[in-house]
Amino acid sequence: MNELDRKLVNPFNNDKDFAGCAIFGMMDLEGKRFGSKDPVKAMANMHDRSNGLGGGFAVYGIYPAFKDYYAFHVMYLSRDAKDKTDRILASCFNIIYDEEMQTKPANVIDPPLMWRYFVQAKKRRPENLTEDECVIQAVMRINTETGKAFVFSSGKDMGVFKGVGFPEDIADYFCLEDYQGYLWSCHGRFPTNTPGWWGGAHPFNVLDWTVVHNGELSSYGINRRYLEMYGYKCTLQTDTEVLAYAFDLLMRRQRLPIEVVAQILAAPFWSDIDSSDPKRSYTLRAIRQTYGSLLMNGPFSVVVAHHGEMIGLTDRIKLRPMIAGTRGDLLYLSSEEAAMRLVSPKLDRLWTPRGGEPVIGRVGGKKLVEVAAKMEAQ
Amino acid sequence: MMGAQEKKVMAEIDPKVLSHVTVVNNVWKVDAQDLYYRELNTLLRALDRNGAEKVELHSVFGQRYIGTDLKTNLNIDIFGTPGNDLAAFMNGPRITVHGNTQDCIANTMNEGKIVVHGRAGDIAGYGMRGGKVFIRDDIGARAGIHMKEYMDKKPYLVVGGTSMDFLGEYMAGGVLMVLGLNLKEGEKHRARFVGTGMHAGVIYVRGDVTHMGKEVKMVDVDKGDSIVIEGLVREFCGYFKADFDKVMSKKFMKIVPYSSRPYGRIYAY
Repeated sequence: MNELDRKLVNPFNNDKDFAGCAIFGMMDLEGKRFGSKDPVKAMANMHDRSNGLGGGFAVYGIYPAFKDYYAFHVMYLSRDAKDKTDRILASCFNIIYDEEMQTKPANVIDPPLMWRYFVQAKKRRPENLTEDECVIQAVMRINTETGKAFVFSSGKDMGVFKGVGFPEDIADYFCLEDYQGYLWSCHGRFPTNTPGWWGGAHPFNVLDWTVVHNGELSSYGINRRYLEMYGYKCTLQTDTEVLAYAFDLLMRRQRLPIEVVAQILAAPFWSDIDSSDPKRSYTLRAIRQTYGSLLMNGPFSVVVAHHGEMIGLTDRIKLRPMIAGTRGDLLYLSSEEAAMRLVSPKLDRLWTPRGGEPVIGRVGGKKLVEVAAKMEAQ
Repeated sequence: MMGAQEKKVMAEIDPKVLSHVTVVNNVWKVDAQDLYYRELNTLLRALDRNGAEKVELHSVFGQRYIGTDLKTNLNIDIFGTPGNDLAAFMNGPRITVHGNTQDCIANTMNEGKIVVHGRAGDIAGYGMRGGKVFIRDDIGARAGIHMKEYMDKKPYLVVGGTSMDFLGEYMAGGVLMVLGLNLKEGEKHRARFVGTGMHAGVIYVRGDVTHMGKEVKMVDVDKGDSIVIEGLVREFCGYFKADFDKVMSKKFMKIVPYSSRPYGRIYAY
């Protein structure tokens, strides 16, 4: 076996495989920006939850100087793909600025070419599409048509950094110490059923929505077919991709509140629906009938983020861990309490959300406090 | 002056780990910050093997499997947050945790005791086969899943707070007790699907639960149960300074399976 093969098969000569992805979210509820130190420290603490085949970060509020432009992060598996992608981008957008992303040598495997573009939607758009729709169409086109180019970040004033390696190594590779954000959503990957490749690392993103996920969506097939009806094409070979598109569809396009979205993705049992009061039972039944194909079956805990909001959610029977804590203006979501304690030894509040009940942090909002209080009361 | 035992242990330990260790009055103090779990557990094995009696682990942040494979009556005090699978396969020592624990504590534990001054995560007591676990506060989902007993081996898991769903799932033996000391007057344990798939053992609950699996029933406690309950509550109160009479003043109920083979008709032909 040559060196590369050996690394890919068993990069650290572990004699045992450890289990479980690591997720971590950290948000300043006042919107103050902070550096990568704490999020990376927390992820490094949960090192053994991932196996070096994927790590990533989504950071919000990182491009204040370019905040009015969509920031595209694109990975190129071939030079050819870059030419094609440049043409697609130029035809849909005014490219304000583009550059190769800053990287430095780190313990990551076989990194592709990484490019960053700041683009502005053209004034004249076909079929009166909104700017956001234009971006989604362009992302889907690039991901499906070029074959070797993948847009892994396409929101304004936020960015995703991900690849094959442990999260702390990915942070190193992308020089995350140079960035500041008010919300960090992080992931260490332990791929089970799908390949570990650069595009398949988490977070998954479309516009400014990102998802990091611990678990497995056995409903991927039906979710994917449902989302295809709305123009979302799944190209990243990983189940979690459908969650990112589902959140974009339900929350951005259909403007459903997270409380309803939680009932769609982690729907209550029919027995619970039947035993609710008639009005609630009617609503829940309608939701399940309408959105049956978006029910996420299988174990999951996820951190979902977009500008100004971070949401933690687990499956309804709590098959994956998640713990939440607050300290001052900071909200933490984590797979393990120890990682949270490492960056914040003292916490004002610490609780375990029940299966299917979201934890919601909003910038400037009192929402989190309400939800937490409600949970504690229950 | 270094005793013979100390010298022997010191000789066995990696010099890098040694710098984290100090011995004061026969108490081995370990600064676990930045120690990898393998180094920490190798150290604990060396201490266990050479007859150490008391160990204090400070600044513990998520190191896994602490206490695994230990066979003597070692006393371990943990300050911080031990990682998953605390005391997995442990066979004797007594662990006191001054803080919370994560998932899967006492996984397949064989003998010994864990006292947690805090909460525990999901699947506590997973496949536990002996020993005792006392948790002061709440417990996550699936506590006591697949606990089992055989002849004189019988595990006990006592929870001071309340439990999440699937308490005692697929339980095959042992004793689970949930006191609900943090519940308000008249409030039920919010746990649903209690005892799903349970086919042996017993769950004692102080108060009522929201929903039970269809394989179990709730019945009154009898005289034999009361002796077990009183013994466990007395021990619990000793560790956590709770008021024994107050705990015992509320009614206990017992959850037991209908059948020792709930799925016999599904899987057997």
